Amino acid sequence: MTEQGIGAAVARREDRRFVTGQGHYTDDINRRGQTYACFVRSPHAHATLNGVDTAAAGAMPGVRAIFVGEDMAEVGPLICGWAITDVNGEPFRAPPHPALAIGKVNYAGEAVAVVIADTLEQAKDAAAAVEVDYGLLDAVVDPAQATAGGQPQIHEAAPGNLSFEWALGDKAAVDAVFDGAAHVTSLEFANNRLVPNAMEPRACVAEYDAGSGEHTLHIASQNPHVHRLVMSAFHGLAPEHKLRVVAPDVGGGFGSKIFIYAEEVVLTWAASRVRRPIKWTAERSESFLTDAHGRDHVTTAELALDSDGKFLAMRVDTTANMGAYLSTFASAVPTYLYATLLAGQYTTGGIYCNVKAVFTNTVPVDAYRGAGRPEAAYVVERLVEAAAAETGRDPADLRKTNFVPTDAFPYETPVIMQYDCGDFAGSMDQALDLAGYGGFQARKAESKAGGRLRGIGFSSYIEACGVAPSAAAGSLGAGVGLWESANIRFNPTGNVQLFTGCHSHGQGHETAYAQIVADKLGVPYEQVEVIHGDSSKIPFGMGTYGSRSAAVGGSAIVKAADKVIEKGRKIAAHTLEASEDDIEFAGGNFTVKGTDKAMNIAEVAFTAYVPHNYPEGLEPGLDETAFYDPLNFSFPAGTHICEVEVDPETGSVSIERYAAVDDFGVLINPLIVEGQVHGGIGQGVGQAMLEHAVYDGAGQLVSGSYMDYTMPRADDVPSYDVGFNGVPSPLNPLGVKGCGEAGAIAAPAAVMNAVHDALRDVGVGHIEMPATPLRVWQAIQDAAA
Amino acid sequence: MYNFEYKKAGSVDEAAGIVGADDEAKLLAGGMTYIPTLKQRLAAPTTVVDLNGVGGMDGISADGNGVTVGAMARHAAVAASAEVAAAIPALADLASHIGDPQVRNRGTIGGSIANNDPAADYPAALVGLGATVQTNKRTIAADDFFTGLFETALGQDEIVTAVSFPRAGKAAYMKFPNPASRYAIVGVFVAQAADGVRVAVTGAGPCVFRVAEMEAALAANWSADSVAGLGISADGLNEDIHASAEYRAHLVTVMAKRAVAKAG
Ligand SMILES: Cc1cc2nc3c(=O)[nH]c(=O)nc-3n(C[C@H](O)[C@H](O)[C@H](O)COP(=O)(O)OP(=O)(O)OC[C@H]3O[C@@H](n4cnc5c(N)ncnc54)[C@H](O)[C@@H]3O)c2cc1C
Repeated sequence: MTEQGIGAAVARREDRRFVTGQGHYTDDINRRGQTYACFVRSPHAHATLNGVDTAAAGAMPGVRAIFVGEDMAEVGPLICGWAITDVNGEPFRAPPHPALAIGKVNYAGEAVAVVIADTLEQAKDAAAAVEVDYGLLDAVVDPAQATAGGQPQIHEAAPGNLSFEWALGDKAAVDAVFDGAAHVTSLEFANNRLVPNAMEPRACVAEYDAGSGEHTLHIASQNPHVHRLVMSAFHGLAPEHKLRVVAPDVGGGFGSKIFIYAEEVVLTWAASRVRRPIKWTAERSESFLTDAHGRDHVTTAELALDSDGKFLAMRVDTTANMGAYLSTFASAVPTYLYATLLAGQYTTGGIYCNVKAVFTNTVPVDAYRGAGRPEAAYVVERLVEAAAAETGRDPADLRKTNFVPTDAFPYETPVIMQYDCGDFAGSMDQALDLAGYGGFQARKAESKAGGRLRGIGFSSYIEACGVAPSAAAGSLGAGVGLWESANIRFNPTGNVQLFTGCHSHGQGHETAYAQIVADKLGVPYEQVEVIHGDSSKIPFGMGTYGSRSAAVGGSAIVKAADKVIEKGRKIAAHTLEASEDDIEFAGGNFTVKGTDKAMNIAEVAFTAYVPHNYPEGLEPGLDETAFYDPLNFSFPAGTHICEVEVDPETGSVSIERYAAVDDFGVLINPLIVEGQVHGGIGQGVGQAMLEHAVYDGAGQLVSGSYMDYTMPRADDVPSYDVGFNGVPSPLNPLGVKGCGEAGAIAAPAAVMNAVHDALRDVGVGHIEMPATPLRVWQAIQDAAA
Repeated sequence: MYNFEYKKAGSVDEAAGIVGADDEAKLLAGGMTYIPTLKQRLAAPTTVVDLNGVGGMDGISADGNGVTVGAMARHAAVAASAEVAAAIPALADLASHIGDPQVRNRGTIGGSIANNDPAADYPAALVGLGATVQTNKRTIAADDFFTGLFETALGQDEIVTAVSFPRAGKAAYMKFPNPASRYAIVGVFVAQAADGVRVAVTGAGPCVFRVAEMEAALAANWSADSVAGLGISADGLNEDIHASAEYRAHLVTVMAKRAVAKAG
């Protein structure tokens, strides 16, 4: 390890810019002649659109244009890019999703029209003057009831409000195991719906250059090339070579900025109509109403055990709320990113999972930090903890009895995953230590003396990251490949520009990627610049989500570095008058084996650009690109242990201790990784105790502002004890696994298991997320009654 | 925001003149409530009259009778005031738990009580201590000032200039915050006030109210146990996704008990 190479805890170079207000976000971009868009949004969750009268609004000052759904007939509808084949072998029902509603609105906040005016105030004034004639319909809100008879029908193309029913596993075989099992643990619960709440709201600035015919879209996106591809191929807005998509500094995504939304499609299309740049930045209330939400499952789950506590089989039935339309990757979340993780860290023999994906009159639901894997970990880890309590076993011991042993890798699960490596028991032991498990009973007694209930909860999660081997993803329905690109460009003076197809919106790539280049090529860290987010600068890339940027994007960088070294070796051999085979590369120097004849990589780069004395037939320049397609997912795993104290009088829960031991393989930058763990746990704590997107029966979002939607704050979380137990992945050249989502995946079950453990003493059997004071107090009252 | 005239008043009289002449003119103090209202286009005033330029409205002073807090005194100033801490520590404590640092550095006592949010903290202190509100026209007893949900006894051209809090014996405020907004789901101020024991409850109902039964019990015996068994009816209490009426009623007892314990 060099001082700033792989493994070094380098402070993030991008933070100075962010914390001093010098970042460049989409809303900071202003163009000459810029106009502003304001969307007219449906206040109703479900209604026919009987007419949109724009006459009065169109005559108001500053208004350039007003468009409604019919005006955009030539533009393709918004798509879902992951096709699912249902239990009957039929394709999923993906009803049309026009960017501006046509004929009908299906959720409160859906865009009905757009006003484009010279100032934002003028656009807002005119939007308020657009008269929409709505024919009110009853709303479908509860996913568990969506497919029941007598419910209003949302889409003609999806009878019974069902997009698809899908299953994984051998039902008959699993049923048979359940019939003969010594013990069956059975739970019913919801996985609460969440609002993503990136600090920077969604935003875009669309421009059209009539001279060149080129469209430029600046957008808060996690994957600018995917935006460009979909907007070209499916919406037909412009051919790819005439559409530039730039995602500058982006203030958080958590999944919500992967998707292709109505607003960017409308703006890109409209900019060429009004021949003016157009800006739109979501207001916070628009973010609440229109960003794709996360989670929202209703699940029945069962675990069959033998008399020794061995897990025999698992049976899971889930209804997943898709909202009003299928968002870009919505269908993958409750299927291939969920059911495939139900084996957890265990040797469970058989698993069967059935999923119903249903439509409701709510904003679409899609991937949100963890995407399917937090839901899976919650199912598995709640079941295991409940089974331990029911059978009188120590929850740590029960887990250890069932862990996939270290010598069993590669391990084939019953749900089509092959785990590459891991040390589940080792992480558990380390976490028990860190959590001070031995002292828990004493702490519990102390709490009890003070009138408080103390509980401890475990979460031994596993997840699949490094999304994803393209062929595997394609065979499961993905509409895209999921490789990544990297381009290492040496300049003649020896410094380096790294162009990556991944996108940083909080992950710290500018630092971590520079460390990889510095480490692999021996270039000083300060001399490596990381460039991302501009489709006209970088090679095609798939963006950042699914904790893929290290395992896939990082591996592409290593591959490109290998190419640089190969070419450099030729140049050095020529200059040093040695044979290529005798050239060794280390620490930035090409050396002739056994001699002190050497040339550093900056000199090699200079020679490549000033090739006066140069190998015959070799191309000048030192500029190498690699595309890397992973061999498999990577499987970060670990054990988190949470300890809570409940005030039974008020129902307040406080997290007293939280220990996390994770296996992320090799850590490129432990400081960044620890930050990702902290942030992830914070979001998981948010899900478990605080956050809840609540719709009322009419489909109105009740928790539509921070007055009612509880974001985790510093005083809601304890100081975490974080440890690592990295087993390098054998499947990628860096040995990394991915760390961005682990905290959010592990924490909900750890916290809720602790809450259940604390409340068991007062007879509470079940409590849903978020475990708010009201819910905890109510559960205690109900148990006492 | 809709367009409006902006006027920075130099005196209370000037401000009163403007709002007195125009029903659609509005006062601006810390802006923590009013500016978000404007930004969401929930209000369309003709003129916004800014009180931030009026000198001498933010003073805090104490004498043998009690503490007088100028209407424009920020929550942070009350929280940090040595005079307040010495005379009525419970008042400084209450101010230190309003909102977050940004809100405390802008928000004012005058704006808070004029707004009379049912979940605001100050109304509990005013009623709990038997304070007097001074306006440009008269003085109003706290018991008469808060008249209903977002309603006060203030007239259109009436401006709060200061609030006088009489010294009290033992006093304390306990707040159970709304997890999202951190306003009070229930806040209870208990005091051996100048005119007898007072128990004032905010957050639970549409407007701050007193609990006579608890006041009597505490007058007879100042101890947490005296109120531990006393409850209030859930009828008419607020209900939202964070708290049912029954939960609020329960919390009134718990917070009252804890406030008495805290007061010592
Ligand atoms: C994030 C956040 C959290 C908050 N948390 C809490 C909390 O925990 N507890 C709590 O109690 N409050 C809380 N508040 C409210 C805060 O205390 C505000 O300061 C208060 O509501 C209004 O005071 P202001 O000075 O900002 O008044 P403004 O917003 O400027 O005015 C509010 C209203 O009062 C009128 N007004 C202002 N001054 C006078 C005057 N002198 N005479 C007559 N009328 C006047 C205005 O015309 C307006 O109608 C919070 C606010 C925010 C934004």
